Amino acid sequence: MPEPDGRSTATIEQRAEHVRERANWMRRRFLRMIVDAGQGHPGGDLSATDILATLYFDVLRIDAANPMAPDRDRFVMSKGHCTGALYTAMAGRGLFPEEDLNSYLQPRSRLNGHPNRTYLPGVETNTGPLGHGFPVGVGIAVAGQIDEADFRTFVLTGDGELQEGSMWEAAMFAGHRGLGKLTVIVDRNRLQQGAKTEDTNGLEPLGDKWRAFGWEVVGVDGHDHAALLNAFDDACEPREKPRVIIADTCKGKGVSFMENQAGWHHGVPNPEQYAQALAELEAEMA
Amino acid sequence: MGAVTKPDTAMFDCREAYVRTVEEMAATDERIVAVVNDSVGSSKLGKFRDRFPHRLINVGIAEQNMVGVGAGLANGGKVPFVSGASCFLTARAMEQIKADCAYSRANVKLCGISSGVAYGELGATHHSIEDVAWLRAIDGMTVIVPSDPWETEQAIRAATAHEGPVYIRLSRMPVPALERSNPHFEIGKSEILHEGGDVAIIANGTMVHRAIKAAKALASEGVGARVINMATVSPIDTAMLADAAKTGAIVTVEEGLKQGGLGGAVAEFCAENAPVPMRVLGFPGFVPTGSASWLMDEFGLNAAGIATAARELLGKRA
Repeated sequence: MPEPDGRSTATIEQRAEHVRERANWMRRRFLRMIVDAGQGHPGGDLSATDILATLYFDVLRIDAANPMAPDRDRFVMSKGHCTGALYTAMAGRGLFPEEDLNSYLQPRSRLNGHPNRTYLPGVETNTGPLGHGFPVGVGIAVAGQIDEADFRTFVLTGDGELQEGSMWEAAMFAGHRGLGKLTVIVDRNRLQQGAKTEDTNGLEPLGDKWRAFGWEVVGVDGHDHAALLNAFDDACEPREKPRVIIADTCKGKGVSFMENQAGWHHGVPNPEQYAQALAELEAEMA
Repeated sequence: MGAVTKPDTAMFDCREAYVRTVEEMAATDERIVAVVNDSVGSSKLGKFRDRFPHRLINVGIAEQNMVGVGAGLANGGKVPFVSGASCFLTARAMEQIKADCAYSRANVKLCGISSGVAYGELGATHHSIEDVAWLRAIDGMTVIVPSDPWETEQAIRAATAHEGPVYIRLSRMPVPALERSNPHFEIGKSEILHEGGDVAIIANGTMVHRAIKAAKALASEGVGARVINMATVSPIDTAMLADAAKTGAIVTVEEGLKQGGLGGAVAEFCAENAPVPMRVLGFPGFVPTGSASWLMDEFGLNAAGIATAARELLGKRA
């Protein structure tokens, strides 16, 4: 299974720079998609972008020409509503043509509001209702464990999503099975659709909860590409327990007026706001 | 083509045929795994666990996770038989069945054990009379209700060969082995087990042998009742239904809710394509305390009740 292009560069700084550039492209691209479609989930997309960019442009061993190869790494987007970030990452990795991004949410588009594996090879399971992707990811990892396969399984969850009971059923079972090739990333932006997680149904102490369920817990700045790369490099080492990377993130990251604002969970920028967002993102790469 | 049921002394628990078949297939097909919710005993999978310890995945009492894990195992190239009491498997994990299995077109085989009112006195929490109505409403979900050990084995083998999600509704209620002059099982195809041209009795699962008994009683009165074993409820055998409607009277009978199940599926087709007077036999809703066999008798889900419904229907038509 080929390594992603970013891996061919030698140093962590070079790899991080590659991911940073791709993440910036993703943000600019999906904001355009959301403006064109008149809907989307920009807050969560921006929160998850750096995690997805790190996975798709450095970590995941997948062959874009053969996205269903049995020995591929699996990535499961449990927080299925953040398709702007997911689809740009997939297109950027070559899983489908970039121009298809223009069809986002259009009638009969393969780019549905939530990912659908029957439309889009490379999506592992259809998600959208919260609490689904993680158990499926656990099942994938169990299949790999039975076969002593080399592939790794990665699952990205929202933090609000951890209020679903099925997530803890899956966490308990993965810990019990010692699924060492399973890595969960929690997009810990502390905001759910309408309010802060801690004001709604608090998750803290979150690391302790995972540890109690038999997991290794790593905390990381979810927008620091070098830190994410180090966490994933470490997570890919053989081990006895599943690992959770609790990625501290900022909902709306990269667009000043969206940052930490619950209202941008599924807001759509007007033309002036879009121009400002683009200018900020372009300035970041200048 | 008539069928003769063996004497009531030879009765079978279809779970035995289920586990025997899964074990046989697993011996030669590495992909086959069993997933259970602490139900190794009630699913009778103890021997499977002993023979294939690494292929028995017990998630504990967690049905949502069980079905999600099943979908994940399918993603990893396995053919998972996900077994649990049908009341919990279907109701508790309904969204996982919809999204992870059906909508995702995952190759998962769901086996609902002790369906219908098999749990009798345990009450409506443990009855699974809504499952067929729920699951046949889900696009792409194949729903099979086998009637005896032979058909259970055929259904399990056909489900394995079929690429996509399947729900197989098993019972723990003893049933006789039906005799067939031309045994052939195919998903989506029904069979005639008793010939007749005056009325069609469409049944599945534990009700088929009762329907045959009813047809024999009706035959002695000069009424020709055609008994159709409609094992696959979705996709339903529309050619057989169109033919059945030509008799001019259809009785459906199932160990399940009157609304939305086999009877509902037959009525939907006939109302649009071949309007015909019908009687739908099943449970009207939550049922009172009682054993499974008492409940079936109480609600007319026995040979006498089926024959009475057919007579009334024919009388009404006359």
